Parts: sequence; structure tokens; C-alpha cells
Amino acid sequence: MLEVSNLATEFHTPDGVVHAVNGIDFELRQGEFLGVVGESGSGKSVTMMSLLRLIPMPPGKIVSGSAMFDGNDLLEMDTSDLRKVRGGQIGFIFQDPMTSLNPVLTVGKQIGESLKLHTNATTRDARRRSLELLELVGIPDAEQRLKAYPHELSGGMRQRVMIAIALACSPKVIIADEPTTALDVTIQAQIIEIVRDLRAKLGTAVVWITHDLGVVAGLADRVIVMYGGRIVEEARVGDLYAQPHHPYTRGLLNSIPRLDQKGTDLETIEGQPPSLRKPPVGCSFAPRCQYAFDRCLTDTPQLTAVGFEHRAACWWDIENERPRDDV
Amino acid sequence: MTSESVSEETAEGAEPASSVDTADRADREVLVSVRGLKKHFPIMKGVFRRQVGAVRAVDGVSFDIYKGETLGLVGESGSGKSTTGKVILQLEQATEGTATFDGIELTETTGESLRKLRPRMQMIFQDPHSSLNPRMTVASIIAEPLREHGKGNAESQRKRIDELLSQVGLSPMHANRYPHEFSGGQRQRIGIARAIALNPDFVVCDEPIAALDVSIQAQVVNLLEELQDELGLTYLFISHDLSMVRHIADRVAVMYLGHIVELADVDALYDDPQHPYTQALNSAVPVPDPVVEAGRQRQILEGDIPSPSNPPPGCVFNTRCPLAEERCRTEVPEWRDIGDGHYVACHLVDHKTT
Repeated sequence: MLEVSNLATEFHTPDGVVHAVNGIDFELRQGEFLGVVGESGSGKSVTMMSLLRLIPMPPGKIVSGSAMFDGNDLLEMDTSDLRKVRGGQIGFIFQDPMTSLNPVLTVGKQIGESLKLHTNATTRDARRRSLELLELVGIPDAEQRLKAYPHELSGGMRQRVMIAIALACSPKVIIADEPTTALDVTIQAQIIEIVRDLRAKLGTAVVWITHDLGVVAGLADRVIVMYGGRIVEEARVGDLYAQPHHPYTRGLLNSIPRLDQKGTDLETIEGQPPSLRKPPVGCSFAPRCQYAFDRCLTDTPQLTAVGFEHRAACWWDIENERPRDDV
Repeated sequence: MTSESVSEETAEGAEPASSVDTADRADREVLVSVRGLKKHFPIMKGVFRRQVGAVRAVDGVSFDIYKGETLGLVGESGSGKSTTGKVILQLEQATEGTATFDGIELTETTGESLRKLRPRMQMIFQDPHSSLNPRMTVASIIAEPLREHGKGNAESQRKRIDELLSQVGLSPMHANRYPHEFSGGQRQRIGIARAIALNPDFVVCDEPIAALDVSIQAQVVNLLEELQDELGLTYLFISHDLSMVRHIADRVAVMYLGHIVELADVDALYDDPQHPYTQALNSAVPVPDPVVEAGRQRQILEGDIPSPSNPPPGCVFNTRCPLAEERCRTEVPEWRDIGDGHYVACHLVDHKTT
């Protein structure tokens, strides 16, 4: 449904070029839940923002790539067509509902806004639909809440409003960028439950960007792991956690403690995340990788199949403990 | 809410804290002891700034921290966990209650005698960006506590800085750099070096990993554990990350709206939680394993945390508790030991059957 190839985004800052996304390929299928996992600076948010050209340009610049959605390239489309896609066919949920909602407009106005813009809804239709949406995302007393301003709502309620806005025009895809990161864990659980519920009801495809490997474990169908502006591994959720192939994915899974297990030692990934200011040469994880050898420093590994619907970008064959010679 | 009943409850609840403990527990030395501690922040309003209410950030907590252990303090935002840490260290003044350190009553210690105690109690802050002065070099940041407390001359301080830097996994080469030249994880290491510079006994770690990337969190936690072994430190580890607390803590206290609702040994708290809030909190934390996640029973709490300026009467958790009964809305539950040093404040929990 959505097919991205060779996407690269740079930011031209006074201090030099930041290579945020360095050539990314992935697809999103009908009704699928895709988890995108990475740490800060891995390029996960910039990738998704680039798709809808939501990054500030300049300093941002989409250097290459295409993003085919319903037969059209989102990156080539003219702005008025793109506006119809944004918020219409593709909904967005941002991390911080306080800054992404307009503080001087009521909740009802903000949901109605996108309805009126994308459909021919009258004010009355829009109101009725807004009410439906608020009930759908589990906001009690929806009638009253339509008249409320964002500051009158708690963090969890505001994020529900964001979800309602994203859902307003029955989009085919929702892109959620760290939607629960700013929330407390019991509120996060509420939001996750609503998302799970809505997916079952509406069948919308979801791209869920997060740094939390726990959250996607219970939600996603497939997971993409990003590091240094590239995809390093991609697999169905069960395979990724049971048989991670990329040393970074392995390291990450071994470095997080689990609530359901007694204190085991935490493995660490030594070193620091890569600087994005240097043009990427070789594998960006190589300086922190215990398996790195000569080739990793000079040659950029491409995603190659390591199993059914399972791809990893690594020169080291972790299963057979030897360099990969088939690529 | 009747504040008297709370203080009575906590005062009563405080007594068995030391007496009911099992034998091996009694052998352990108590380093920090907190009884009925409260911190209310006044709410001022109007032209004359009259007090119209109070935010009950911490509303009567009692617990002990044993020498050499790590006590985890978990809770959601606004539960009062950070304020508790600050009040113990006397960075905030307690409204009521006591906190003793090594037998010394901190709430009554002031001025020079408190200053003399400071080297023994230190703090590691959440945000390594705002807790380090950007205009000071790493060397002067770490040397500041040494100078302030007159430890050694310039020469020996220099040596100590190098020693501390290598102890926290940095290089003495870094001494003359400024904080902005470091990544978040390295900055947190600088903050840790500053905290241990004076050989403290007790360190309050206030969300020390919350601002760090996942792959860096393990580095910092492992460092804290190493330093604890080497230097015999006692930690109060404040965090909202329940999984990490399970990893690092020996005992864990759970806070909700200014109250500690449950306190137990780490495995008892996670494998056999008694308070409905602890149970809900545990079930809300996702586990990074799709197989486990698929089979989990989830218990979703309704609603939001009430405002600490207007907490509900009775048990503070009654507005969200799935099991709440009539008396939960009127009577404050007693803070009691249900066996094996497992404390809980809930009307509906019976004594442990052993």
C-alpha cells in the first residue's frame, strides 16, 4: 500500500550537513501494524515526517527516494494534492499532545476542522461525527468535552483527542510518532488498549514509532529496527524477538531489563550512538560492534534476507559465526 | 480529607516497622529512617498571596533504608517520589515528620552541622544537561564538592579528579573539557563522579536514566551497581521504570499520590504484589517478548491520577481501584506489615499465609 525506496534526508545546518536518513526501503501493507524502533537520532521520526514532507525545508532536504502511496509518489506530488493525503488518507499522531493541539480552539473545532477540510461535511455533520469519534476513543462525557480546550484535559485525554483527529477522515494509514512516550504507564496502557480495539474495528494500517521494545512486542505485526539513519533489521515480530540477527538488535534486547524476570545481568552496548554529521561510510554500528571486521568499516551492508520475511543489514553471519560471503 | 487521621495512622504504622521484622532483617543496620514524612506546598492566591490550599506532594510516608541496599521508589508522575528524595536530603524542608540518617535527626539539623553531614549524602539528578554548569570544565565540576568541603590541596584534588574520572569510565584526558562536548550518557557519568567525590554513604538517584537512550541506560545502571559494590554505597533509586527497578533494587516501595501503598522485597513485590495499584502497575508495563505479551492478562485502570491538591478521602487510590468498597472511600487504610517485611496499605489485603 505504501512503498518507500531509497529515501534519504539531510539537514543543512550552519555547522554542516546532518545525514538523518541514509537510504531507506520499506513497505507497509494493507491493515498492517508496523513498529519502527530506534533510539534518538536513528532517523525514525525524520523518515516518517519526510514521507509527508512535514520536515522544515530548508534546512531539511529530501535528497533522494520515492514513496508510492496508492499509485502516486508522495515526494513528487504537488502541494495541494499532498494536503488531501495529509490528515485525509494518512493520519498523524504526535508525541506531545500539548504542543500539537491548538490551545485556543476547542476540541470540537479541531476535530471538525479536518472533517470540513477533507470531506464535504457541514458544521452539523462534523459535530455529529466528532461526537462519535470522541466516544470511539473512550472519552467520557463526549458532549461536554467537545466544548473543552486542550488545557482542560489531562495528558491521556489529550492523546485520545489526537487519535480522534487522526481517525476523523477514516484514513487508510495512521502514523503515530512516540504516541505514549510522554504518558504515565497506566495511561499508556489505556491508550494501547484503545489502539488495539480500534484496529480490530477499523482495520487501519498503523506505523508506530517508538524507542520502547516492550510496547511494539504486544502490538506490532512486523518491526523495523533503525540505527544511524538506516534500517538494520526487519522481521515479523515473533522472529525479531526470538531470533534477532543484527548485532545491534541483539545488544538492545539484552540490555533491557524485563519486568517478568529476576535480576539478570544487563549486557551493554559500549560506546555512543553515531554522529550524523559525518557522511556515512561502512556500517554505522561498526564502531560499537563486537563482530566488526575490515569490511564493515568501508562497505555499507545492504538489507539481505536471513529468513522468511526477515532481513538484516550486516556483513557478519551471526548464526554461522562467520562473514557473510553470499552477498 | 482528615489530615489528623493520616498522621495517626502513619505514626501507628511506623511502630511495627522495626519490631515486626524477621530475625535476619533485624541484623541489618538501618542507615536512613523516615517516619510520617510530609511535604505540602502552599497554593497562594489573590493580591495578598493568601494561602488557599496545599499540594500534598508527600503525605505521610514511613520506611527504612538498610545500609548497603538499594531501595527502589517507583510511581507515576506526580506521585511525590522525587519530593521524598529531596526532603530526605533536606533540599526541601519537611512539613511534618522525621528523617534520620545514621541516627542523626535531619529535620532538626540546620546550618553548619547540616553542612558537615552533606558529604555523606549526595544526589544524582535526572537531567544531565541542566544539572551540570555549562561554563565549568569537568575538572572544576567534580572538584567543586572537594573545594567546598576543604578536602586536600590543589595537587591532591587533581589526583582525585583523575581517579574519579577513571572510576566512572571516563578518561583523565576529559578533565579540561566542557559539558556540551559530551553525550548524555557521558554527562551522567560526570554527575555520578561529582556525587561520589566526597565518599558518601548514601546517594539519592533521582531518575538517573530517564533522559538516556535505551542502549546507554544499561551502561549507567551497571556503573551504579559497580560503584555500589566498590564503595559500599546505599541507594535510594527513584524511577518510573519498573523493569529497571526490578533489576537494580533489593526492596521496592510503590508511591501513589503522596503515599507509599506497598513496600516489599523486590521479588515479592513483582511476583506477588498485594496492593491493587501495584498489581495494575505491573500489568501495565509491556514486556519485550511477543509470546509473553500475547498471553498476558491486562488490567487497565480507569481514569487519571487525582490532583494532589485535592486528594480523595479514605484510601487515595479508591477513585481508580477496581475493588474499592464503601470503607475505602472513608477510612484511611493502615500501613502494616503482612509478614516477611512486606508492607501494604489496603483494607482488602489479609495477612500473608505462609
